[in-house]
Amino acid sequence: MALGPVLETLIGGLLTGVLYSLVALGFVLIFKASGVFNFAQGAMVLFAALSFARLSEFLPLVVAFALAVLIMIALAYAIEFLVLRHLVNQDGIILFMATLGIAYFLEGFGQTIWGSDIYKIGLGLPTNPIFILESVFPGGLLIDPAELIAAVICAVLVLVLAVFFQVTRVGRALRAVADDHQAAQSVGIPLNQIWLMVWAVAGIVALVAGMMWGAKLGVQFSLSLIALKALPVLILGGFTSIPGAIVGGLIIGAGEKLAEVLLAPVLVRTFDLAGGGIENWFAYVLALVFLLFRPQGLFGERIIERV
Amino acid sequence: MFYREAGQFKTSYVADESIFPIAQDRWFVVGLVVFAFVGVPLFAGQYLYTEILIPVLILSIAAIGLNILTGYCGQVSLGTGGFMAVGAYAAYNVALRLPETNLILVFLFAGFMAMLVGLLFGLPSLRIKGFYLAVATLAAQFFLEWAFARVKWFTNYAPSGSVAVGRIELFGYPIDTPGKTYIFVLAMVVVLALAAKNLVRGRLGRMWMAMRDMDIAAEIIGIRPLHAKLSAFAVSSFYIGVAGALWGFLRLGSWEPLAFDVNRSFQVLFMIIIGGLGTILGSFLGAAFIVLLPILLNQLPSWLGIPISTAGISHIEFMLFGALIIFFLVVEPRGLARLWAIAKEKLRLWPFPY
Repeated sequence: MALGPVLETLIGGLLTGVLYSLVALGFVLIFKASGVFNFAQGAMVLFAALSFARLSEFLPLVVAFALAVLIMIALAYAIEFLVLRHLVNQDGIILFMATLGIAYFLEGFGQTIWGSDIYKIGLGLPTNPIFILESVFPGGLLIDPAELIAAVICAVLVLVLAVFFQVTRVGRALRAVADDHQAAQSVGIPLNQIWLMVWAVAGIVALVAGMMWGAKLGVQFSLSLIALKALPVLILGGFTSIPGAIVGGLIIGAGEKLAEVLLAPVLVRTFDLAGGGIENWFAYVLALVFLLFRPQGLFGERIIERV
Repeated sequence: MFYREAGQFKTSYVADESIFPIAQDRWFVVGLVVFAFVGVPLFAGQYLYTEILIPVLILSIAAIGLNILTGYCGQVSLGTGGFMAVGAYAAYNVALRLPETNLILVFLFAGFMAMLVGLLFGLPSLRIKGFYLAVATLAAQFFLEWAFARVKWFTNYAPSGSVAVGRIELFGYPIDTPGKTYIFVLAMVVVLALAAKNLVRGRLGRMWMAMRDMDIAAEIIGIRPLHAKLSAFAVSSFYIGVAGALWGFLRLGSWEPLAFDVNRSFQVLFMIIIGGLGTILGSFLGAAFIVLLPILLNQLPSWLGIPISTAGISHIEFMLFGALIIFFLVVEPRGLARLWAIAKEKLRLWPFPY
């Protein structure tokens, strides 16, 4: 295959990967601060996007965004108050199951109050494809500007989060809680407030992710399945690393698209398959291969085990 | 109140190690099984069989399988749906290509194939732990789902991609009514549950539990992780494969890979969490709970006389399901089996608790 189309696929994949990492970021934030494997992140993306889409139908974008942020903060409060507070000190798997329950609830709740049709989010992003490097390749490389903008927003978000974690008082408290719940509590860091904070931040990240995905695909139920796309990104990068989520997203996004273009036709020809569609599992197998060499993910904290 | 175990002395090691050391428990379980075989067919109708009893029984086999892996050995798996699909398609292909095979052998082969696939996907567990492993097992789920949808040989080149089983018979005796299906499934459940109960009480079960509680400590006292983890994956996948074959043959009759998607994995995981991790009883209670809950939620609006559109009902069902899951986890994180144990203990002393 010529280099041009491959490169084009690669860039498209990388940009999609950025969107994956936006979802994975929410996972990482919550796992880092509370050790909860939050399966409801996908449902939160759906819920946030639905809220924003329906609100923006009759409100200006900025007001709708502000209201959606408030809704996500309220949601974080509700989750902390109704669920997490009662499950302190439980096994990870119990908390995981609880977030699955939250996911079911949010999917039902969101569609009950906001409706279950496909809604459009008009962010006013440019839709005409851009062509770059026309001098190098015949016809140039096609890039979707909406994805480019999403990538920029994602980069800004990560930068803001990094500063927030490193510099501010709350950020320091968050890192302390992530290191050791008990030690943090004993030096006077209020655990419940920190959890509330981190779920709220994850909710806002979900809102941004939901807006980007919603602008791309339309806001609909399938948006909550994005969580399943973000999981390989997560284990590839490591559950506890924000840079890991970004790098993982890029690797998975690019690998997935390249595999679909390069590997799938070969597989179909060799094994006489009824169509390719290997996107669904390729990311997982790729992540699995990486894990065999680094069991804690690329950027995860080293697992030190003591008896 | 119910019974006193006073006067029941254990005078031999055999008596000490029996599954139900208290005579009343033993007779209760025997009575329950006899009732299930003899009593239930006297009054059960078509609906009770096909919508409630058969699904609960088959899924409790899958739940026992997953409980062995997750509850006893501590390896969280989200690939249950995929392993069930392996069982179902293995059974389909044997029944199709070797039509003379005995039905029991077909199901055993299904379990055996699932076991091999389970061993393969269990290998990473030696290196990957915790939630990393849980997500890694999703690789098995999605890969298997994809394989059965795309590799034409598995579905015998059916253009629609769905497969259907023909006549099902055991020793020349057709299993064609819900009643006969129920008896057959029940017999499978009794045998498999008894086997599982004994496995987890024995050497293997102790190895698994040591691995679950702390793998490094277990390794230090001489338990081989390779042996313990892979045997858990093998036994668990065997059960899940048999359950998948039963589900395909006796519950669905014809199916597509979608019948074994990731939601099936979550469903079985819910069963063992709600039922109780690391208990065989919990697998049954959880299966019954998760199968019955949606049926009840579905009926609720019509009983209460609230008019809601079908789409609205499905959303509210989702909501209530999620809320109830959270409620049960908050009330008793160790599951229904634990609630049952507490209730039994309380009743034993009631009305004189001191």
